[in-house]
Amino acid sequence: MTTDSRTSYAEAAIEADPSVPAIHIHRDFAGTPEQVFRAHTDPDVVRQWMGPADRRVEIQEWDARDGGSWRFTDSREGDVQSFRGCFHTVRADRIVQTFTWEGMPDGVALETVTFEDLGDGRTRLHAQSLCDSFEDRDAWLRSGMETGVNQGYAKLDALLAGG
Amino acid sequence: MTDELSRVFAALADPTRRDLVARLTDGDATVGDLAAPYDVSLQAVSKHLKVLEGAGLVTRSRDAQRRPVHLEAEVFDLMTQWIERYRRRAEERYRRLDEVLASLDSDEHDDRPAPQEGTAS
Repeated sequence: MTTDSRTSYAEAAIEADPSVPAIHIHRDFAGTPEQVFRAHTDPDVVRQWMGPADRRVEIQEWDARDGGSWRFTDSREGDVQSFRGCFHTVRADRIVQTFTWEGMPDGVALETVTFEDLGDGRTRLHAQSLCDSFEDRDAWLRSGMETGVNQGYAKLDALLAGG
Repeated sequence: MTDELSRVFAALADPTRRDLVARLTDGDATVGDLAAPYDVSLQAVSKHLKVLEGAGLVTRSRDAQRRPVHLEAEVFDLMTQWIERYRRRAEERYRRLDEVLASLDSDEHDDRPAPQEGTAS
């Protein structure tokens, strides 16, 4: 993936791809590509940042090598959600893995994360999630948004019904 | 609900329809106005507009003769909200990663074995 060198991503930038059911995220980090890679592959480091802030994340498996698999659960007040997948490619500059929410086991997203060396100990992370269909992708965009979004749903309902 | 939003994304998957939407952000326009810059028939443009209409992105006024096409910006607002929420959650995660990376800096020289690495490009 090429990036405009003038752009910086001090905060995460996101695009919902209009032509394929993918979500793209870009973010710059104060860390070397090796460190960012380790933060994605060493389970002791992964567990320190992954998952939603308000949920408890437990990693059951994080075998970050070609053909390895991973699984984690996040929970809050008795609600437990599980996610799993396989690592397809684990390379210093690129990780490709599948991603499934066990609540919808037939939906499999392909996630590609690349680490672009910006020099001076900085790294630009590009994350792409390619879903099976626009329906799945859009469900992902909405996922975990139960709270506060009902108003939005009602608004769209009204809009679509009226249109 | 999924179907509706999918229709919005599917409607916007076509470059001509994206262009039509972009031009409608300037204001309402008739099918004739909209078709003028393209090397296609009015019918082809009408067909694209029907898809946009089906997705709730545009409406046609009942004003009989001209029937100008109107962009329903609210649909975009809602999509933008969903995408922004998703972005914020990613940003929260990445801020934790910022902290983790800062702590890795300080123990950079520990002797923990490096994760498996393949060929770096």
